[in-house]
Amino acid sequence: MIQADGLVKTYFVGGSTIRALDGVSFRIEAGEMVAVTGPSGSGKSTLMHILGCLDSADAGRYVLAGEDVSELSKDRLAAIRNRRIGFVFQTFNLLARTSALENVELPLLYAGQRQARDRAREALRGVGLEDRMRHEPSQLSGGQRQRVAIARAIVTDPAIVLADEPTGNLDTKTGDEILAIFESLNAQGRTIILVTHEPDVARHCRRQIAMRDGRIVDGA
Amino acid sequence: MLFWTILKTSLKALVAHKLRAFLAMLGIIIGVGAVISMLAIGAGARQSILARVTAMGTDLLVVRPGQSAFGGVMTGTQINLTLDDARALLTVEGVRLVAPVVRGKAQYKYYNRNSSSTLYGTSATYLPIRGFEIERGRVFTETEVDRQARVAILGPNTVEDLFGGADPLGETVKIKGINFRVIGVTKAKGDQGFFNPDDQAIIPYTTAMKQVFGRTRSNLDEADIQADQGYALDRVIADATALLRKRHRTPAGMPEDFNIRNQADIIESFTAMSRTLTILLGSIAGISLLVGGIGIMNIMLVSVTERTREIGIRKAIGARDKDVLKQFLIEAVAMSGVGGLVGAAAGIGAARVIGTFTDFNTSVESFSVVLALTFSAAVGIFFGFYPAWRAARLNPIEALRYE
Repeated sequence: MIQADGLVKTYFVGGSTIRALDGVSFRIEAGEMVAVTGPSGSGKSTLMHILGCLDSADAGRYVLAGEDVSELSKDRLAAIRNRRIGFVFQTFNLLARTSALENVELPLLYAGQRQARDRAREALRGVGLEDRMRHEPSQLSGGQRQRVAIARAIVTDPAIVLADEPTGNLDTKTGDEILAIFESLNAQGRTIILVTHEPDVARHCRRQIAMRDGRIVDGA
Repeated sequence: MLFWTILKTSLKALVAHKLRAFLAMLGIIIGVGAVISMLAIGAGARQSILARVTAMGTDLLVVRPGQSAFGGVMTGTQINLTLDDARALLTVEGVRLVAPVVRGKAQYKYYNRNSSSTLYGTSATYLPIRGFEIERGRVFTETEVDRQARVAILGPNTVEDLFGGADPLGETVKIKGINFRVIGVTKAKGDQGFFNPDDQAIIPYTTAMKQVFGRTRSNLDEADIQADQGYALDRVIADATALLRKRHRTPAGMPEDFNIRNQADIIESFTAMSRTLTILLGSIAGISLLVGGIGIMNIMLVSVTERTREIGIRKAIGARDKDVLKQFLIEAVAMSGVGGLVGAAAGIGAARVIGTFTDFNTSVESFSVVLALTFSAAVGIFFGFYPAWRAARLNPIEALRYE
């Protein structure tokens, strides 16, 4: 499903060079639920952005479902983000002054789908927010916002869901509820990759990839 | 993404920053308003000139001595147009009336009051040709013309100057020191802008030539022709030209020593003048529209910077570059379009106010409204494009990280 070969990503910050990824290689099969762990600065977020086609690697190959992503055009990458990968952020990243329903509807509108409203409603029902559809993000709690973000990630029915510290801004109880949603998504056959630095969160996953200083130290 | 969805999003973004959007639109509002009201003044001037000239009669031809070309070397031909020429013009087919005209500045006196204006020496036919009507009294007769009678027809303004409210008929006025009896007063025609037909005196041409202006030869200043209704003016002009060339023995290939002008030519020269005026006013207004466009560009650049994170989110969930481009472009055009509509309303209102409360005639032509709206939309596209392009090419992850 996902195959990474020698991914390298370098940043230049204030004159010094930071190697965020230093030759990362691994394979993830369809239907897996994987946690990427490691201390901050270990490169796990960078890896996630590359896997999510939000960013591209300087060197190495990233093959997604048999397709070499590093050679795709910007529009093709946008289409992959839209239909094949759902991304959930730590800070939710919902559009302000826009209702939950309209937020969830957005990927379908960019995909040019009909019946976007019905499908968005269905996705919100799936995360237990049928009574909050008309609310704007500022009127929702953190957990509710993350549920809206998950609904938005899965509304186009992608095979892969990536989550970057999805419980980082939530209390333990709410975090567990969110993780339960990811587990049920995995049970439906979706591939789930979580980035986290909390061992409790990582324990929910069958497989763990540990990173340090831009390299995989365990779980490849 | 559907156009209406984008438009809704754009309008929502504008409503979220009402004051800022309004201030940015103000430039366009003023620009479009200025274009429409300025063009309305130009069109109004053109129409009123047209109406006035048409009122003088479209079947009028004026023959004047001298070449119509300016600045060229005169070819030694004598500049003359005689009374006999005027009489001969009556034989041209399609000519209904001819009036010989001599004119000059003259001072009129009635006891201690005096007035001065143009004095016309002409025949009785001058009045119908030039569209004058007699208000009181009568026109001079053939006999009076033949025996150089000292009789005068005055314009209403001249009468007002000399007599105040008193009845002028039968009274004696001094014109250039010679006593004339007032036999008629013309009906007021109203100021024509470049001359006032109500401020004049008309006397027989015979009297004018021999007694007032003292011309030894029978040279005329002009001969006015009224063509038959429905007769092709071009034909009449051609025939009259041929006749006068023959009478003046102008060799073939040489220019005429006279010129025949038709009202259409006069209309054309005034139309050209008002067109120049319109272009001038219109381009000044156009510049303010341009300045308005710069205002929109400025606000769109601010908006793109502020909403960098939003752009990142949209891209992360699958918006392509062109989706983002479209969104910001539509937002800019929505702003300039709404500004254009408000400006059009303001411009039409301003034109009404100017037309009502000043001497300017105004006329809002639908073409100018369409032009201004099209131009304002174009300004939105042009000045909205760069900010929209900057938004579209943002890297998704950098945009998401933007604080």
